[in-house]
Amino acid sequence: MTVDKGISEPSSAIEFRLDPTSGVPTHLQLVHQVEHAMRLGYLKLGDQLPKVRDVVASLAINPNTVLKAYRELEIKGLAAGRPGQGTFIQTTLSQATFPELTRLRRLLLDWLTIADAAGLDEDGIDALFTSTIRTFRGLRDDARVTARETEGIA
Amino acid sequence: MSVIESSGLGKRYGHNWALRGCTLAIPRRHVVALVGPNGAGKTTLLNLTVGLAAATEGIVTVLDGQSAGSPTALDGIAFVAQDTPLYKNLSGADMLHMSRNLNRRFDDTYARTRLRELDIPLERKAGAMSGGQQAQLALTLALARHPELLVLDEPMAMLDPLARHDFMATVMTAIADSGVSVLLSSHVLAELERVADYLVLLSDGSVQVSGEVDELLACHRVLTGPSANAGVYARQLNVVSARSGEAQAHLLVRTDGVNAPVPYGWEAHPVSLEELTLAYMRDPAAAALPGPQRAAVAQPVVARH
Repeated sequence: MTVDKGISEPSSAIEFRLDPTSGVPTHLQLVHQVEHAMRLGYLKLGDQLPKVRDVVASLAINPNTVLKAYRELEIKGLAAGRPGQGTFIQTTLSQATFPELTRLRRLLLDWLTIADAAGLDEDGIDALFTSTIRTFRGLRDDARVTARETEGIA
Repeated sequence: MSVIESSGLGKRYGHNWALRGCTLAIPRRHVVALVGPNGAGKTTLLNLTVGLAAATEGIVTVLDGQSAGSPTALDGIAFVAQDTPLYKNLSGADMLHMSRNLNRRFDDTYARTRLRELDIPLERKAGAMSGGQQAQLALTLALARHPELLVLDEPMAMLDPLARHDFMATVMTAIADSGVSVLLSSHVLAELERVADYLVLLSDGSVQVSGEVDELLACHRVLTGPSANAGVYARQLNVVSARSGEAQAHLLVRTDGVNAPVPYGWEAHPVSLEELTLAYMRDPAAAALPGPQRAAVAQPVVARH
């Protein structure tokens, strides 16, 4: 029988936290935090993700939620499970290169100039951006589902 | 592999039906949230499940077909009733002693280790412990029986936020360790959002919604757009609830997985468990997905304008 050891020495590189007001499903919050930690270098290739039991004990969430998040990370190719040991980071997340970022920023500035000329203030731009990103996410997720279904058929 | 199955289950007290026509098939290894307004029949359903009450009509079985209340069923179920009742004059150690002797299966080592980790003083009388400690003691005694199904009736109603968190953490850890199925009733929806993966919504003595949370969420969404054409648009959809201002309207719709294209000027948002539950509670006539009980008695979804 395993026994909870409470909060002992840190056994993992990161600790998860939850934002109950964000509206983002819990398993996605965990996925995002791993990706974020990878981008910022807190999690490196070969690092172990927190054990399911430890996450469950500290956040009081359903173990299935953690498993779902880890499965999602595996599907994305970011992590891999090792039977009996846990889930480990399998890759490095490469951000866009600096010249790419500069180009994207310039495009965004051009767009902002157009929005400003159309009479949108900053809050208006923000609302439009948030709403569009949501639409974009929806389209992307639909596309993914279709892709997965197609794979399934093939 | 059902943890709870019922068919046409009903319970009458005097002239009043506390529960009627309740048909469920809940798979194992879930955290089942039993929600509904006061008087909807939550406690009645729990009592029937654990064998504390006898059905007036219909049947309920637990743990793959064991009749509720039978000795084998009782061995596999642990129940923590409302307000986590304990013998107030017994110390923690006495409660342990008693539980060990009253149960065929009781893991004394688990219970002692767990209580030590929680810093619960065994020599103190249960009545002198804090609400959080009493709840943890009752929960630990229940879990030490290593049940296959843990039933909790309003377990956290009396607890402060920290004690709630710790209580839920103990339950979730037990699931990670042993795969125990959990059925808990509550009317604090927010505290269930993070833990429940199966929802049973009772309303006025019958099952209004039941199903996997992920499936329920995937089959519903909120559409936001101009009130002017909300009525026309709503007529083509299964609207569970509609809220409308003069200019902007929100429609919570059931899509049954078919996400029809959103008309120009409208936006689709995913729905949260709390939003979904509240919408159905507000409109008891709206029936959700065709669960096991819905095939026969599918009701039309009521649209409001």
